[in-house]
Amino acid sequence: MISIEHVRKVFPLNGREFVALGDVSLELAGNEFVTVVGPSGCGKTTLMNILAGLETPSSGRALVNGAPVTGPGPERGVIFQQYALFPWLTVRENVEFGLRNKGVPKAERRRIADHFIELVGLGKFAGALPKTLSGGMRQRVAIARAYAVNPSILLMDEPFGAVDAMTRVRLQEQLLATWDREKRTILFITHDVDEAVFLANRVVVMAAHPGRIAEIVDVGLPYPRTDEIRLSPAFTALRNRVWSAVHHQEPVP
Amino acid sequence: MSLVEADTRAGAAVAAGAQPRRRPPVRKLILNLISVVIGIGLWWGFSLAGHDIPAPPAVLTRAGELIADGTLAADVLASLTRVLAGFLLGVALAVPVGFLMGWYAPVRALVEPWIQFFRTIPPLAIIPLAIVLMGIEETPKIFVIFLASFLSCVIATLQGVVGVDRTLINAARVLGANDRIIFGRVVIPASSPFILVGMRVGLGSSWATLVAAELIAAQQGLGYRMQSAQLYYDLPTIFVGLITIGVLGLGMDRILLLAEKRLTSWQETR
Repeated sequence: MISIEHVRKVFPLNGREFVALGDVSLELAGNEFVTVVGPSGCGKTTLMNILAGLETPSSGRALVNGAPVTGPGPERGVIFQQYALFPWLTVRENVEFGLRNKGVPKAERRRIADHFIELVGLGKFAGALPKTLSGGMRQRVAIARAYAVNPSILLMDEPFGAVDAMTRVRLQEQLLATWDREKRTILFITHDVDEAVFLANRVVVMAAHPGRIAEIVDVGLPYPRTDEIRLSPAFTALRNRVWSAVHHQEPVP
Repeated sequence: MSLVEADTRAGAAVAAGAQPRRRPPVRKLILNLISVVIGIGLWWGFSLAGHDIPAPPAVLTRAGELIADGTLAADVLASLTRVLAGFLLGVALAVPVGFLMGWYAPVRALVEPWIQFFRTIPPLAIIPLAIVLMGIEETPKIFVIFLASFLSCVIATLQGVVGVDRTLINAARVLGANDRIIFGRVVIPASSPFILVGMRVGLGSSWATLVAAELIAAQQGLGYRMQSAQLYYDLPTIFVGLITIGVLGLGMDRILLLAEKRLTSWQETR
């Protein structure tokens, strides 16, 4: 489904080279939910941008469904950290944006948009402008907008980073519920260890300087993920393991 | 209805787009009126105190005469035509040029030095050259006004295009937008607040330039009328001209402000 092969990404920084990613390889199976967690500077956003087709690797390659990524594509939906809603468009118009680009006829567009707006629980706000919505609501619009174009892959870059803890838990549950109904392959970037474990089939722990994969943890907890699971010893054990992997990283060998 | 319920309803109204922080318009209007009355009072006071300026009634009488014999209407028409022609031409050129500069780095590199260069020259300083090259008809006057509004508006448009949030462009790209769609549906709306500010600044410079342009070799227009009144020490006419220019400028600015409010009401901070 997704295959990252020896990807390396180097940026120029103050006349020197900054290695954002040094030789990263990763495979994602279809409909898998993989979270990426790691300290800042570990290249997790760079990795996502490469998969999204917004950046190109310095060497190595990223493959989606067997084809190398050369730019953004309709099979890959992206949800950005800063929501990135078009502030001059209403919720519905935002969700219809990608459908319009695909040339979907107006009535069909509206039907699809309303379906996904309903799915994220914003039915009453379809005609509202983003400025009238809270951070959590905006993020749900961004999710609906990405889902509407029906991508088989969703790339999410710390989507719940800017919302408060309570809203975050609700958004996580909603995301899993949505994923359960409309299966996708999801690569979800976060710096929150709890979130990484709660959502994923597998947690990829990254390390910085240079950006690399430190460890991959199989979660193996059943879905649907409930409060009981969140409070279970098994969850805590996994959480502790990922926590140590993130916070007690050895320096570059 | 309980207090909590009322609170929730107020919250819903906020969410639905109402603007709770705006002061009641009536109160603002009253304060505006008071301000105008105080201003005129001060003017009258200065006049009575023996300063060499005409009192409001004298100016009003003169205005009545100028309106009655059609002079004022003809002057206003002449001046408005020049301002509007120059201003609209300037904006019509500034918006596409600003977009091209912001979008294509080579275009910016080619054009920007000239714009920055001409920006340092007050449009009024171009008047002598314009008159020599274009004669004393309407062309040099409209040209100078055009230049003034173009230079103000092109920079604002450029700022707007350059300042478009990268994330929004990326969001559009991953939603399948090509360059044309990104331009039309992201860059243009995102920079519209800047363009409208540029238009307002441009309108201001257009009026500022108009009067000076009319001081030279015009047969009609508010600037010309004031210039000739100066020769006869006809202060009331000068005042009528000044007030007319102020009122017209203010009126046009209000129209633009209204357009701005309508077109950019989606903005977060207002």
